[in-house]
Amino acid sequence: MWVDAFFFYLFAAITLTGAVLTITRRNAVHSAMSLILSLIGVAGLFLLQRAEFLFAVQIVLYVGGIMVLFLFVIMLVNLDQAARMRQFSGQWWLALACVLAILAEIVYVLGRGSRVFQFAPPAPPAQGGNVEQVADVLFKQYLVPFELASILLLAAIVGSVIMARKRV
Amino acid sequence: MLYPITATHYLVLGAAMLAIGTIGVLARRNIVVILMAIELILNAVNINLIAFSRHLGQVHGQVFAIFVITVAVAEAAVGLGILIALFRNRETVQADEINLLKW
Repeated sequence: MWVDAFFFYLFAAITLTGAVLTITRRNAVHSAMSLILSLIGVAGLFLLQRAEFLFAVQIVLYVGGIMVLFLFVIMLVNLDQAARMRQFSGQWWLALACVLAILAEIVYVLGRGSRVFQFAPPAPPAQGGNVEQVADVLFKQYLVPFELASILLLAAIVGSVIMARKRV
Repeated sequence: MLYPITATHYLVLGAAMLAIGTIGVLARRNIVVILMAIELILNAVNINLIAFSRHLGQVHGQVFAIFVITVAVAEAAVGLGILIALFRNRETVQADEINLLKW
């Protein structure tokens, strides 16, 4: 099982490095590239957790879709001037202190309860693979939220087209 | 403590990523980077959902992660559309220079 541990720490390091680089780079294109690195690390963690379908979705949708959208907008909006300005707002030290306090609190509580969080013993081989199981639950128990999500996506398409139109 | 990987390790990783994303949202001035930090926060949520899905031995967490990804896509599309409209009207992408509604 040491292979699991090795890959967990590898992907965790990739994810956290990418995340830190994302919020500290001056150039927005470099931020987007670091975010791609971080998202690929998260995809590796999904694979490690036996969520193969979400691994594929993460790569195709996040790395292939959302990041291309981000890069397009970075090219459309002129960021040269913004890259020369101050990058952090005046209260950055306050934000850092509050967030680190909350993080310490969460980690302390998780450490207190860590004995509860063992992984479940490997389940008996279920019928079908991961995609079949996800589809089974999604289309049987979560059908109404699924349809609502499609309505949400339609609203988002219409909204983004209207917002990006020539005159608003 | 470090070696057998349990759900706690994934939850701590998710908490760390949530913290990094929150710092990005609160402290950066560039709106594009703020939107990227929101993506980081949503990915932290997904890590937690998948960890609990494995912890409980069922796939409901993965279904919820799919919904979270859907919402993230919608949020990114609308947010970037608003950003383009904003840049066309105000010629700025700094969050603290957009203060028309501020008293």
